[in-house]
Parts: sequence; C-alpha cells; structure tokens
Amino acid sequence: MNSSALILMVVTQLAVTVVTVYFFYRVLNTPSRPEPDSYTDNDPN
Amino acid sequence: MSTNQTESWGSRVGLILAMAGNAVGLGNFLRFPVQAVNNGGGAFIIPYLVCFLLMGIPLLWIEWSMGRFGGRSNNHSTPFILDSMSKKAFWKYFGVFGIFTNIAVASYYCYIESWTMSYVWHSLIGTFDGMTQVQVADFFSKYVDIDKSLTGIPYEAVVFYVLCLLLNTYILSRGLAGVEKAAKIGIPMLLIFGGFLAFRGLTLGTSGASAEVPGASAWDGLNFLWTPQYSSLSDPKVWLAAAGQIFFTLSVGMGTIHCYAAYVKSKDDVALNAVSAGFTNEFVEVVLGSSIVIPIAAGYLGLDWVKENAGFGMAFQTMPFLFEKWGPILSVVAGVMWFGLLFFAGITSSLAMGTPWMGFMRDEFGWGRLKGAWSFGGIVLMLGLPTVIFFEHGVFDEYDYWAGTVSLVVFALAESILFAWIFGIDKGWKELLSGSDLQVPMVYKFIIKYITPLMLLLVFLGALFTPVGNDWTGAFQSLFSGGGWSLDNASIFKTIANSGLHEQLAAATDPTEVARLKDRLFYTNFARILLCITFFGLALLVYVASVRRMRTSTPSTGLRNSNP
Repeated sequence: MNSSALILMVVTQLAVTVVTVYFFYRVLNTPSRPEPDSYTDNDPN
Repeated sequence: MSTNQTESWGSRVGLILAMAGNAVGLGNFLRFPVQAVNNGGGAFIIPYLVCFLLMGIPLLWIEWSMGRFGGRSNNHSTPFILDSMSKKAFWKYFGVFGIFTNIAVASYYCYIESWTMSYVWHSLIGTFDGMTQVQVADFFSKYVDIDKSLTGIPYEAVVFYVLCLLLNTYILSRGLAGVEKAAKIGIPMLLIFGGFLAFRGLTLGTSGASAEVPGASAWDGLNFLWTPQYSSLSDPKVWLAAAGQIFFTLSVGMGTIHCYAAYVKSKDDVALNAVSAGFTNEFVEVVLGSSIVIPIAAGYLGLDWVKENAGFGMAFQTMPFLFEKWGPILSVVAGVMWFGLLFFAGITSSLAMGTPWMGFMRDEFGWGRLKGAWSFGGIVLMLGLPTVIFFEHGVFDEYDYWAGTVSLVVFALAESILFAWIFGIDKGWKELLSGSDLQVPMVYKFIIKYITPLMLLLVFLGALFTPVGNDWTGAFQSLFSGGGWSLDNASIFKTIANSGLHEQLAAATDPTEVARLKDRLFYTNFARILLCITFFGLALLVYVASVRRMRTSTPSTGLRNSNP
C-alpha cells in the first residue's frame, strides 16, 4: 500500500474504533437511573 | 386504543444493539466500499465523516428524541408521534410514511435476506464446489428466475422467502424481548464473522495471484479504496453521494428509530444511546465493510476487474467463487460467515421494520403481539411476492426506489423541519438533553436547526434535479452560460415519467426487446399502484384511529390531539 492510503486507512479506522469503544464504555459504566417513584415522575410534562 | 403501559427494553445494551442492528445492513458491506471507490477513494471519507457529524448524528438525536417524546403519551408509531408534536392534522397523515416505508422496504428486503439464508445453505452443502466464476454468477441469475430449480426444490426462491418471513414474524411475535434477543445474538456474531473476513482481506496481500491474474493484489484494492484524491472534494456529486450514504446507512427517515425509542423509559438517556448505536454502525461500515469485498476481490481478480464490476452483485455472484480458493474446509467456513453476517445484518434490520406497524395497531386498535406480528407478515407477504415473482421485471427496483430511497429523504427532511421549526428547537433541545448521560455540544443546537435541514434539502433537490450523467459541475456551467439544465433519467421527475424506459422503447427495433420493455413498463406501473394502495390504506387506518381517539378523548386532559 502507498503511504498516504495506509495513513488515511489506519487513522480513520482507529479513530472510529476508539470513539465507538469510548461510547460503549460510557454506556456500560454509567449507573442506571432509579425508577420513577411517583405518578408525577411518570407524567409526560 | 390502548392506554395501558406497554412493554419496554430489557436492558440498555440490548436497546443499543437493537438500534445498531436496525442501522447495520447489507449496505454497510456492499454499498459503502462501492460508493468510496466511485467517489474519490480515500477522499470520500472526508465528506462522509463531515456528513455523519452534520447530518447523521443530528438526525439520530432528532429521531430518538421524537420517539421518546411520543412514547410518553403512549404513541409508538410516527403518525401519532408526529401528531403529538404539532397541532396540525397534516402531520399525523405525513407520519404514515413511518409505517408505509417499513412495510414496503421489508417486503423486498426480506427477499435479499432470504438470498443470504439460501446461500448459507448452499455454502454448507457445497453447491459452489468446483464452480467457475461464470457458473457462480449464473447460479444467482437462475436463482432469481423462479421458474428454474437449482436444487430440486420447486420455486426455491419463493420457499426461502417465505421461510425468512416466517422467522421474522415468529421473532416479532415474541415482542421487544424477541427483537432484543435477536440483536444480542446477531450483532456479536456479525462482528465475529466480519472480523474474521476483514482479517483475511487485510492480510491476503499478493497470495491470491494466479496464472490467469498474475498481478492480483489485495493491497491494490486497499490502495484504490483509501488513496485520497483531493480534487474530488470540490465535486458536488461526491458530497451528495457521501450524504446519501450516511443517510441510508443509519436507517434514518424510516420511522423505526422513533418506534424503538418510544419504548425508552421517559427519564432515560437518548443522547448517548443514539451516538453509541450510530458509531457501532460506523465501525461495522468503515472498519469491517471496507476490509472485505474490495481487497478480497482485488486479491484474486485484480484491480481492473474490481473497477469494472464493483457493485451489489459481487456479494452473491463473486464471493462464493473467491472463497473456493481457500480450500475445501475454509471455503465452507468463509461462505457461512460471509452470508451469515449478511443474514444477521439483514434480519436485525427487517425485525425493526415490523415494530412500527405492531406499535400502531396495538396503540390504536388494541392488537396483541401475535396478531400484530402475523398481520405484518401477511401484508409483507402480499406486497413482497410480486418482488419475488416479477423480480426480473423491475418490481423490486421500483419498491427500492420509491419506498427505500425517495420516501426516506422526504420523511427525514420533513421531520427535521417539524422538530427544529414547528415543535421548536428550544423544546427539542430540552427534550434531547432530558436525562442525558452525554454533554451534547451547544453547536449542535445550531446544526440541528439550520445545517441538518439544509443538507437534507440539498440531498432531496439533488435527487429531484439530478443532471445528465450526474455531472453537477457541467450542469451549473451550462445553466450559467444559458444552456439550461438537462435532467438525467435517474432524477425523480424523469423517473416518474418513465423517461428512460420510453427512450429505450423508442429506440428499440427488435420485437423481443420491445416486448420486454413494454413488460417492464407495465410492471413498473403495477408496482407503483401497489405502493400507492398500501400508503392510502395506511392513511385510512390513521383516519379511523383519529376518529376513535376523538370519540374516546376526554377534553379536560388535553392529552390527545383530537383533530382527525
């Protein structure tokens, strides 16, 4: 592969992979919210 | 109509995988690399990523927010989700697109999905053993010609189509839990299969060169795909292609995301979930999708062959032949993995297409999961059989164009205007941030209000006024020099008028060709009539549902918009 193609491929694929893993890490490590405990909490507005 | 609390997602990861599964489809592996090689190679990735950030992510946030907002009022399909955001009755009828598109796309998408099922089977039983490239390509042509039987099963294409539809219907009848379970199995399997094949693609190098193609090299394919041609960045065609790819790969503008998000609990996050699902799709597309078909094909058949033949057909007409070169065992493994990953990509998307209809019928007519799922299967079967039986007459292509392309753009453009300008960007922004686990940059408020609708408008106008040969630079030069604007036969205007077919008919002299073109014209109009009947049938159901709501609404609560 030529160097410009290789650089673009590695940088793009690495960036997309890192961001995807980061967001999944955030999803897996964010504590879940407690369920609404009153009727008011379930109201639409 | 049902006012009871409906089901919700079992887990956050399950929801994200289901959303990612909805987005990840065959296009991630087949459309993206072809778009890239046809639009500037590596430079394509620049407009592609810009469009992802300025149009894709905002649309995901818009649809997730709209869905959760509608879900709070127990609305799980777009007619009444849109209705809950505006006082105009127009929007609930416009929301019909969000059910219509799913039914129409599912009817032909399940056919492609059934090909992948069938090809897994054929890979396992060794159908492609010893076949030449021409024989493998011919196998596909015979497969879609339902009069011919390849394996002794009469009407094999129809049998696999019905089997595929039955599987979809069965999973849908299990409700969200069934969809979530399918995504939890399908997406990891897809990643494993895709990872294996991508590894093969990236490490094939020159080992596939043969006496027939001595210069074949996978590196040439990767070079072709990734070498940036910066001059293409100033070509509007490339930007439109990038915007189109982002649009279709994320499955926005369909109504499925709204439906899935409507089952998110009212205080749960949508911002982080949306970008997680969106980036999972990007990972599959940019990392896996670019590393399989093009490098493997170039590695065995050479770059020149790829340049001439890059397209959707490679998946079925070329890949089985290339896998045969990996030896008797690995060819079976690779065939099962390749068509298996396409199958998982397909089924996680087609399952999503069933949920808006089921949600609508449950909300408005109290239909249970079983009734909703089997009625969906029945409608898709009726609408889809013509795509199977008259595949070669263009019914499939017609569905794909109107339901799978034009409807999506129209719906996405309208919903972005509804969200940012009618519902109001301030309310919309508040809705997006409500319960958010992600700090959304403020600049996105501006992007959602101005940039995203503008980009969608450009995509729509681009499809409406596609110039001859898709040559935008030449078309603008011609316009400003007084030469006018000549529309391409692929533009929406010319497609409506069947200009391309009429031109071919006028030029044809061979009676067989004339008969074939007349047949095609007939089936094209036949397909359009079927789509119109479906759309107006759904609009009628929405009207009936509105009347029912009006009768049962209690004016004091004001929760229901009672304008039919």
